[in-house]
Amino acid sequence: MADYLRQMPHQGSADLARRPSLASRLHIDIPLLLLLLVLTAYGLVVLYSGSGKDMGAVIRQGRYFLLAYFIMFTVAQVSLANIMRWAPWLYLVGLALLVAVMLVGVGAKGAQRWLSIGGFRFQPSEILKLVLPMTVAWYLADRTLPPRFFHILVALVLVGLPAALILQQPDLGTALLIAVSGLFVLYMAGMGWRYIFGAVVLAGASAWPAWMFVLKDYQKQRILTMLDPESDKLGAGWNIIQSKTAIGSGGWDGKGWTLGTQSHLDFLPESHTDFIIAVLSEEFGLRGVLVLMSIYLLILLRGFWIGVKAQSSFGRMMAGSLTLTFFVYIFVNMGMVAGLLPVVGVPLALVSAGGTSVVTLMAGFGILMAISTEKSAGPR
Amino acid sequence: MPEHIQLKDSHRETRINNARTVTAIILVLGMLGLIVSRYYSLQITDYEIYRTQSERNRVQLQPLPPKRGLIYDRNGVLLADNRPSYMLSIVREQVPDLEATLAELATMVPIGDSDLENFRKKLRHRRPYEAVPLRFRLTEEERARLAVNRYHLPGVVVDAQLLRYYPYGELFSHAIGYVGRINEQEVQELDQSDYRGTFQVGKVGVEKYYEDILHGDVGYQNVETNAHGRVLRVLESVDPKSGADLVLNLDIRIQRAAFDALGDSRGAVVAIDPRTGGVLALVSTPGYDTNLFVNGISSADYSALRDSPDVPLFNRAIQGQYPPGSTIKPFMAMAGLESGLVTPESTVPDPGWYSLPGDSHRYRDWILRIRGTGHAARVNMNMAIAESCDVYFYDLARRLTIDRMSEYLSPFGLGERTGVDTTNERRGVLPSTHWKRDAMGQPWYPGETISAGIGQGYMLVSPMQLAVATSIMASRGVRHTPRLVKSIDGVLVEAPLLEPIVAPPEYWQAVHEGMIEVVHGQRGTAKALAVGIQYTMAGKTGTAQVIGIAQGSVYNESEVSERHRHHGLFIAFAPAEDPTIAVAIIVENGGGSSAATPIARKVIDTWLFGEDSDG
Repeated sequence: MADYLRQMPHQGSADLARRPSLASRLHIDIPLLLLLLVLTAYGLVVLYSGSGKDMGAVIRQGRYFLLAYFIMFTVAQVSLANIMRWAPWLYLVGLALLVAVMLVGVGAKGAQRWLSIGGFRFQPSEILKLVLPMTVAWYLADRTLPPRFFHILVALVLVGLPAALILQQPDLGTALLIAVSGLFVLYMAGMGWRYIFGAVVLAGASAWPAWMFVLKDYQKQRILTMLDPESDKLGAGWNIIQSKTAIGSGGWDGKGWTLGTQSHLDFLPESHTDFIIAVLSEEFGLRGVLVLMSIYLLILLRGFWIGVKAQSSFGRMMAGSLTLTFFVYIFVNMGMVAGLLPVVGVPLALVSAGGTSVVTLMAGFGILMAISTEKSAGPR
Repeated sequence: MPEHIQLKDSHRETRINNARTVTAIILVLGMLGLIVSRYYSLQITDYEIYRTQSERNRVQLQPLPPKRGLIYDRNGVLLADNRPSYMLSIVREQVPDLEATLAELATMVPIGDSDLENFRKKLRHRRPYEAVPLRFRLTEEERARLAVNRYHLPGVVVDAQLLRYYPYGELFSHAIGYVGRINEQEVQELDQSDYRGTFQVGKVGVEKYYEDILHGDVGYQNVETNAHGRVLRVLESVDPKSGADLVLNLDIRIQRAAFDALGDSRGAVVAIDPRTGGVLALVSTPGYDTNLFVNGISSADYSALRDSPDVPLFNRAIQGQYPPGSTIKPFMAMAGLESGLVTPESTVPDPGWYSLPGDSHRYRDWILRIRGTGHAARVNMNMAIAESCDVYFYDLARRLTIDRMSEYLSPFGLGERTGVDTTNERRGVLPSTHWKRDAMGQPWYPGETISAGIGQGYMLVSPMQLAVATSIMASRGVRHTPRLVKSIDGVLVEAPLLEPIVAPPEYWQAVHEGMIEVVHGQRGTAKALAVGIQYTMAGKTGTAQVIGIAQGSVYNESEVSERHRHHGLFIAFAPAEDPTIAVAIIVENGGGSSAATPIARKVIDTWLFGEDSDG
């Protein structure tokens, strides 16, 4: 067995395999865990300021983190084989829930995104964020890699179904994120570059019809506002102008913790949720941004490392996709707040207040941990 | 799907995965680099720009409106005050249910439909944290009622602002004018920065003329505000500089004497101190309560004032244009003397009428219908003034010609604005051939000169002009630009001196004697007012026709409607030997000068003897 052979030098050089450490037995990746702990702690410090020194908000977010860590550990205990086995079924349940949202969902501001079950509201699209890459990876894991054209088509259908349903809600941001997480699996699987470039060219070409026929007015407005925030100073451009002002006025040193004038005098919108990076930038300066960036980068590198070290192609594809998706969160949020990208509702990963994205992300890290502690005897 | 013939090649898969991972890391690093460079450019390259912007965001310059200068009369009686006026406002964002709150407020204080309408109009244009006024000028009782109920009415605010208050409203309405809310046109004209935070501006009268001085200089405070504009703390402030206080030459005692003496009549009184050019009284009746205008007059109040047949908003004292009638005669006499056409002793035959050579039209003397004859066989200047002989002045006018008449009367300030320090003054008409050609495009007819000689026809004067002319007469040629304001913040304001009328003293003396004879002479036309008088008054009566009287018919006061009666005029100065006051009085439709003469007596008595000073 090739996998077995590949593991040989490791087994020879370390006695870890013989006597698995406690962390390994508990399916915990220590470096990743430490990085996540540093990140969430940093996030809570910023959140205290961003929420207007609201200790209640910090405690609430702390509870979300506790829950999320618990879910992460739980997910980490599940063997990759089971995760893989469940993937298609979870996918079908996810699709069914999305259809249910379409039929009986609740929502606000013209978008129908939520399912309400016994007073508990949740977004089925959130489940798909993990289940979709799992399903695509499950499908491709049994095929020869790099995938052939037919398999790519099947994978694209797998991606397209939930993405289309979410686009219907409408929730362009989530639809794109989910689609991208599936595409990352294809990328990691080694889909030919010609397909990738072809897709990029196709996407570019479809921009015009998308602008004309698909995008809603508010979405176009966001793009226009990003291109020229000054055009609507007190309306849609306000958020971007104020967040850029907050970031820029932080300088290198920052104004000091809880001393940001933009956020504390309410100029900054959503200062504890989507725009929290502006609070961090204003109060901790570029120094603080670079610290955050370093933590993120280390997490990303650890994620990629886990992928490289993974025992199975399913694990490799999942690790790569999860890591890249995590990166997309960071890139989109930081880019949007700094006026590089249009405003879409993407929180700053593990820093913005809110439970949903934290739970999803940490469940994803749970899968990463499961991959990193996967036994060599695991499925191919 | 059957297992593919090509077996999975783990080495190849690992190699592909590793390559893809390396590519992904490079892409990730590149894109994170893009993000970092963006933050670098915002936080380091453009730091100054954003720091300034954030500072500007945070700190707002708020204007502190200056306190408007006060206005006093010459005795120190306060005529224009600033008083806190309480208003009821609503802060929209703090009110849970606006309609319910409005309904509840209506049970506590009367809220008119127009109040509500204005409120809703403003509500649409204000930010939700701004207080929108609902009711102005709350009474003490209303404030108390609101204070008691305030605890369960969130968002309901009672604010004070300093508003102009005129303790004597109507008495000084035409003398000092009023302030009102700044309107859109004024927004264009006023210095924007100076009027930030000021809501009222002088609209007419002294309040407008001295607007710059009364307004003061705006102050500022730098305040830290949040995004909703709420002030969190004051960082620094520059105090506003209050407007200067004005002391007027007006004397409330004389003002009141004139106002009371006019009573219900429509008319005007202007009194000037000939020594200084100071305006001692400026009354136009009816007046109006200037306080109505301060905070925006209601349309009902305004239309009542505007549509009143007595036109109370019309300032008769400076805008009224009346034929001077016989009050022109002393000035005509001076013109005659100066031109050398007459001497104090020269006489004119007086059959009771006058005709131009070669014309049968008879210009009648007013005495004709009373006595059926003239004043005397021959009339000299003294008698002509004392008895208001028309024939004497018909003859003088004809010989003088209209253009020279205009030339001699012009230095008395006729036909020109006096330049008094108030607004909306009108210039009257001093006719000449030139004037008629320009104004009417017609040639001058000789007959028009005859009526001009007794102050009829085209000639028009305002009471202010007449008072100034009388003052020049009283001071024997000293000409001042009249001044309402005596001092600004304690600094005396001298009335500007104009080039005097230089004439031999005996000329002035002769005319003065004629005017003294008007009051004190046996046959003086104003002798009725001299009863019990303890000083010498010089005066001249006048009557101005409102409607033309056909040749040969007779004016009968009881037969014409009140509005068509003659205007009664009187000019006077006293003490004649050393005049300290000159007055001009007009009583519209008073029937004749007898309506005006008693007013002069009261005004001058008050000035000379200081009756019942009011504090």
